[in-house]
Amino acid sequence: MIDLSWLTPELKGYLLASVIKMVVVFSIVMVAVAYSTLLERKVSAWMQYRIGPNRAGWGGLGQPIADGIKNIVKEETLPASANPVIFTLAPMIAFIPALTLSAVIPFAAPLPAFEFTLPLLGRFVHEGPVAMVVADLPVGFLFVLAISSLGVYGIALAGWSSNSKYSLLGGIRSSAQMISYEVAMGIALVPILLVSGNVSFGAIVAGQQHGAWYILPLGLSFLVYLISGFAETNRLPFDLPEAESELVAGYHSEYSAMKFSLFFIAEYANMLTISAMVTTLFFGGWDIPFTHWDEIPGWPQMLLTGAFFVAKVFFWLYFFMWIRWTLPRFRYDQLMSLGWKVLLPVALGYVMVVASTLYVADSWLGLAARPLARLLVLTAVSWSCLFVVIFALDRGAVISGADRELQLRRARIRDPVGAEG
Amino acid sequence: MTIGVKVMKRPETGVSYIRATLKGMSLTFRHLFRPTVTMQYPEERSAPEAERGAWTLSTRWRGTHRMLADEQGRSKCVACGLCPQVCPANCIKLVPGEDEEGNRYPLIYEIDEFRCVFCGYCQEVCPEEAIHVGVHYENAEYSRDRFVYDLERLSSQTHLVSTLWDPTDPKGE
Repeated sequence: MIDLSWLTPELKGYLLASVIKMVVVFSIVMVAVAYSTLLERKVSAWMQYRIGPNRAGWGGLGQPIADGIKNIVKEETLPASANPVIFTLAPMIAFIPALTLSAVIPFAAPLPAFEFTLPLLGRFVHEGPVAMVVADLPVGFLFVLAISSLGVYGIALAGWSSNSKYSLLGGIRSSAQMISYEVAMGIALVPILLVSGNVSFGAIVAGQQHGAWYILPLGLSFLVYLISGFAETNRLPFDLPEAESELVAGYHSEYSAMKFSLFFIAEYANMLTISAMVTTLFFGGWDIPFTHWDEIPGWPQMLLTGAFFVAKVFFWLYFFMWIRWTLPRFRYDQLMSLGWKVLLPVALGYVMVVASTLYVADSWLGLAARPLARLLVLTAVSWSCLFVVIFALDRGAVISGADRELQLRRARIRDPVGAEG
Repeated sequence: MTIGVKVMKRPETGVSYIRATLKGMSLTFRHLFRPTVTMQYPEERSAPEAERGAWTLSTRWRGTHRMLADEQGRSKCVACGLCPQVCPANCIKLVPGEDEEGNRYPLIYEIDEFRCVFCGYCQEVCPEEAIHVGVHYENAEYSRDRFVYDLERLSSQTHLVSTLWDPTDPKGE
């Protein structure tokens, strides 16, 4: 008889909850990734007056399954001069970090503590609410920054090991781009830490439930993070690593079948992660606005907040696609100068501004005990910063009416002497 | 700098990239809800009668050939040899024959639809209005040799024949 006394009811309860959460999150992420490829094709089709894939299954809903089967059954090619080990390893290196990230993002309100007894298996106990996140890491936030940087290895190695000039160019571009934007991205998130005072996602979400969603007090962070997020996921307008019109397919030119598919899944999983991050960091995570009943652990709360979280993530996924089918690709030097000359200084300056605002509010104005007033001050400062940045980016005009001078110039060309008055 | 990079001079004032982005986004968003223009091909087809309101082939369309027959059901072709002569792709094979009454008729009349460039010269040159290019485009087959159409196959086609020019504007004005 094996001694199982170490397997306490508490450990069993923890293991059970964790395994179930893992299975559920993994399957939901994989299905969401598969279906966001379909969504991408549908959105692009609708924007171009087309119908999109509609043959497989009802309204095309079977398309991701058909694609999956096709990619598994297809022949894998290995270029003669490629480095076979790294060539095979690269898709995995790209794929694994992309999926790992889904483990640390809280996706719903916690469930209540449970205790029950099953025949044969014995008692299961979970003390305290079951947080709806696979791994509620105390360093959640830093974990995401660390792991998301690993994805670039897969892409750079894929580009190098293919032994093709297009792939190599794609790989080089991608590493340069991702490293550049990583800096701005990380720094843009520092204000969140300043405001929430914690790096765990649970605490950040809780902070937003009791104050305001961080989009309000930290609008500029959001803007920088969103732009860097597009660059990090290699999506248009920053899709230089795969730039079809220049580099065939960039770093995955030489890949076929499931290896290619892994890159594809990694790209969409990264999109999903960035969307979930934007939701969690700036839009309250699974919080339902203006209510507080959703914070009490319970099944209906869990389901409803989960649905809210999915809806928010879905909106940002759609936003990614919306941008993709609207904006053209940046030129390489424009990309670099946006990253280093605009986003990085803006993010750095913003950290200083937020830190000084918090210092002034807490130490001089004595607002530390009045969170609402503190938030209001921060919001006012933040939005003035946003205004200034947009003013500067837009060459001395703010959004509306900025092409007035262009119209005047056109009018002068049409009517050089001003005969019409 | 080893490579000359052409750098565009962007206007310093008077342009708002953020506004342009928002404008583009609102445009693409509005386009989401426009009606689609896709024709569901195998289910919806172009028909000369344009019943479905989709789109129609022009009557001047030059597709796969058709050989017309006279009232007795015989091929109108008199094997004069003008069509193989005029054919720029050299895709028509014609072996003439002659019956007891001295009427010429084609012993072999074959068109290789793979070589054909669908210029329509055969129809234009034919004195008997026998060979025509047709208003037809669905030609898929399972083997390559099925694309050499013999006389029987050419005669059994039922699709419309091309007008080659617009009947309401014969001179193309």
